[in-house]
Amino acid sequence: MAAGQSNLAARAQTTDARLAGMTLPRGAFTRNARREALQRFTKMGVPMRRDEYWRWSDPAAFVTVSPGAAAAFRVDMPIFSDREKLRLIFTDGVFDAENSDDPTLAGVEIARLSEADEADIHWAKPYYGALEAAGHVPVARPLAALNTAAAREGVLIRVTGKADRPVHISYRQASETSDVTLHHCIRLEEGAELTLLETGTPGARANVVMEVDVAENARFHHIRPQGRALERSLLTHLFTRLAGGALFKSFTLTANGRLTRNEAVIDIAGDGATAHIAGATLGDGADGDFHHDDMVFITHDAVGCESRQVFKKVLKNGAQGVFQGKILVKPGAQKTDGYQISQALLLDDDSQFLAKPELEIYADDVICSHGSTTGAIDETALFYLRSRGIPREDATALLIVSFLADAIAEIEDEVLAADVVARLESWLARRKK
Amino acid sequence: MLNINNLHVKLEEEDKPILKGVNLSVEAGSVHAIMGPNGSGKSTMSYVLSGRDGYAVTEGTATLDGADLLAMEPEERAAAGLFLAFQYPVEIPGVGNMTFLRTALNAQRKARGKPEVSAGEFLKLVREKAKSLQIDAEMLKRPVNVGFSGGEKKRNEILQMAVLEPRMCVLDETDSGLDVDAMRLVADGVNALRDAGRSFLVITHYQRLLDHIRPDVVHIMADGRIITSGGPELALEVEKNGYADLLAEVA
Repeated sequence: MAAGQSNLAARAQTTDARLAGMTLPRGAFTRNARREALQRFTKMGVPMRRDEYWRWSDPAAFVTVSPGAAAAFRVDMPIFSDREKLRLIFTDGVFDAENSDDPTLAGVEIARLSEADEADIHWAKPYYGALEAAGHVPVARPLAALNTAAAREGVLIRVTGKADRPVHISYRQASETSDVTLHHCIRLEEGAELTLLETGTPGARANVVMEVDVAENARFHHIRPQGRALERSLLTHLFTRLAGGALFKSFTLTANGRLTRNEAVIDIAGDGATAHIAGATLGDGADGDFHHDDMVFITHDAVGCESRQVFKKVLKNGAQGVFQGKILVKPGAQKTDGYQISQALLLDDDSQFLAKPELEIYADDVICSHGSTTGAIDETALFYLRSRGIPREDATALLIVSFLADAIAEIEDEVLAADVVARLESWLARRKK
Repeated sequence: MLNINNLHVKLEEEDKPILKGVNLSVEAGSVHAIMGPNGSGKSTMSYVLSGRDGYAVTEGTATLDGADLLAMEPEERAAAGLFLAFQYPVEIPGVGNMTFLRTALNAQRKARGKPEVSAGEFLKLVREKAKSLQIDAEMLKRPVNVGFSGGEKKRNEILQMAVLEPRMCVLDETDSGLDVDAMRLVADGVNALRDAGRSFLVITHYQRLLDHIRPDVVHIMADGRIITSGGPELALEVEKNGYADLLAEVA
């Protein structure tokens, strides 16, 4: 018991220290949500290494009062540049109105959280913090609660029609010590459709929460290449709830960064809804530490819904990958089709992949499958390519693209998918020598 | 063109000799066939020539136009003009057939000090070659060999050969898994490439492929050696009597 008590004391102490280092906004329409979130956070306390879902990733970098210095990547290459889009720029977590596009888009309302939160009444009032509050399943996600309480910046997007171009949230890191908290809240009304691009490095350290509430038959596409900075630490939470017939598709590309933890909590609440979440990761420990953790929790709580999780990681030079994914099928969620695959391609013996796939099923008429594999480059395929004259390094690069293809195939828009492939090809080309 | 002299090969991992002194000389412009029972070392020879891992050469040489093949990486052998049509072509999901072919062609051209072929020129070249092999645009767009039938895979091998224009082509049981029509299509593709400057080494179990690709010389391989060589009539003899008589003769 003594150990248990000292653990409790340590958590409480670290939690207090974390809060002492912050000034929390009061908020107007978000005031209640913030207060409740702060209570949740205080009660849960900061995450610690001994917590079940933090065993493989050290939360210390997200918990310390100030972030360590992380060099900014100053010339982030543009991506998705051939596509007309509405760009919203955040530099070190602060909205850059001057360089952003005019946020006028038919069928879409866009507001900056820091401005909107001066009013007591706002459409986002029932949504801000709501999915986060409901998303502490099966484990607490205290840093998401802290985000709800502390975030000053972010965007509020309400979609009532079919957006004719994507909204692009573009992050830039300028300072080596920026500590960024961003909270985005998105609501798609019935039958609405939006593609959201999220690119770049938010800051030296960043805690980004995105809540996406998808109403009946609405469609949400999310494509997220997570920037080129090598030293940053990034924690993201994606909370979503799907009503009947809704569609949610999210794809993330991570090729750099010292520490990345991407959590997703998907609540499939309406019949006939579809949720796909995919990730492609390229980690090279030669650039510095690389630790990448995906944690996905999908709840099926309706009839005839489909979920897919496709996560692929390519790791070399001591890079570490983690995947923790769960499908929960609640009683009555019949005709559920749940699929989960996590795979790692280890390019050497120093790299490591840790996976914890879970299924929990309380309905009897469902199809659920999960698989996890760890492997090396297929020597037969490598020989086949080399026998055609393709040098080993180029052949390896082609096989990496091949390995990641299933995850990238989750991007519906072919042009955007091709941009993602081009991004990862240039990453591979830079590392050939 | 291709000269194999007293080639001895064993598996890298264990002390198991597979080739026990192969001698073979293929002149420019000729077609040689190698036949032999299972386990005689035919496929091993194709792998050793093209540089697959897992084999150790313990004695002997193999040269292509005088250059030491065995000292080269697989991609260098390809650039030197060697091509192996695989018995089991490999599926590469997520990599388009065209991307693969163009990468291969340009890598070889680069190795030979030639300029790369532009996307437009390449498209024209492939379309032309694909047509005679009845490979349609859809098949060119698909990922390499993924979802291809046995016949499509073999046609795709011949298409690669046609595009890469190697000087020395080794066909490893290209007839396996093909029906009569597919075999004819593949054979026509090979025959169209026959040229005074290009040679073929056709490895097969059965004589039937040699009805379509007429060899100049037929070799019979058994237990890691070429036990006898002759004209096309040798293949007919095998077809009629099997390998038993020939094996008994040399025993």
